[in-house]
Amino acid sequence: MTEATGPERVRSAEQIELSVREAAAGVVPRNDAGRWAAKVDRLDVVQRDGVRGTNVAGRRLTGPVQGFGKMWQKTYRLAVGTAVTPEQAITTWKAHFPEFWPAGNRFAGALTGISPGDVALLDLAIGGGVKLSTGVFVLYADEESFTLMTPQGHMFAGWITFSAEGGPDGTVVQAQVLMRANDPLYELGMMFGGHRKEDVFWAETLTALGRYLGAPDLAVSTRTVCVDSSRQWRNASNVWHNSMVRSMLQTLAAPVTALRRRRG
Amino acid sequence: MDAQVVTMGVRHIGGDVAVVDIKGEVTAACEPVLMSAYEEAGGPGTSRLVLNFAGLEYMNSGGIGMLVTLLVRANRQRQQLAAYGLSDHYREIFELTRLDEAITIYDDEASALVGAAT
Repeated sequence: MTEATGPERVRSAEQIELSVREAAAGVVPRNDAGRWAAKVDRLDVVQRDGVRGTNVAGRRLTGPVQGFGKMWQKTYRLAVGTAVTPEQAITTWKAHFPEFWPAGNRFAGALTGISPGDVALLDLAIGGGVKLSTGVFVLYADEESFTLMTPQGHMFAGWITFSAEGGPDGTVVQAQVLMRANDPLYELGMMFGGHRKEDVFWAETLTALGRYLGAPDLAVSTRTVCVDSSRQWRNASNVWHNSMVRSMLQTLAAPVTALRRRRG
Repeated sequence: MDAQVVTMGVRHIGGDVAVVDIKGEVTAACEPVLMSAYEEAGGPGTSRLVLNFAGLEYMNSGGIGMLVTLLVRANRQRQQLAAYGLSDHYREIFELTRLDEAITIYDDEASALVGAAT
């Protein structure tokens, strides 16, 4: 333990400063109040039509700290031209978010769109007629971005941020995933085709958004960075919550469950 | 859009502890600043890195992602990461994102420097 009596040296002259944009006099400080979701310990779910809605209620949120697998940052970008501002792009994306998802997958969110604290229910096509039922939590939303965070049992622990920014050639929309596979089973799945599937998923999503916004070219760029190549074995027990395994069991048990409900 | 400015001053304390004083807006755009500060603060002799958020004015989800990246780098060097000076609002965000499970939060600098639980 270190006994601290005070700074040995204060390196004010060596302070590192970045002006991301030209600092202007009289700039009004930004305020993030209301943009972040209120704190929740476990997720509450409002059942929605068209999705099974399982594997979400009562689950905790999971970030990269709670995940198991290697940590990845994946960035998907598409230029949508000069006719749309970043704010307009994000407003459209929030309002029509489920419509841009690839066919066979379902996102059941609030009717009002994407707002901090919302919980959306997902049914994801994983092949063989099985749907993976899980959800996402709207962690953050402002005029130029919004972020979804995953619950226990989801394929990955982390968050995905959707954003738009202006540039000399117009507006660029972006989806950026920061994640670890949630447990060893998902990590295996990611190694054997999961990453490719995810890349296709988000590329198709951006393409659909770009088409809607009238993008002149629908070429999506993908950049993948392995942020941490180590696995967090202390979190291997996350497999208990694995929504894929549970979804398969729920699919198998569906006839029995329906019969029980009918009998009352 | 508004101008965005962040400054991160580095103080070395006791040889193995460094404090990074963060002032301004923490977003993904300030990653080069934070990583430069880390380069200065997190040398081989540093075992504990303390982030002072008392001057934090704004943070979005990109900022939280950047802190996760910093955490990975610190873990790789077997350095502890601690924080203090968080307002109730930002403390809740750390708890919501469960970042507080990896970055220990303290009420003040004295506690953060010695790692005393608060």
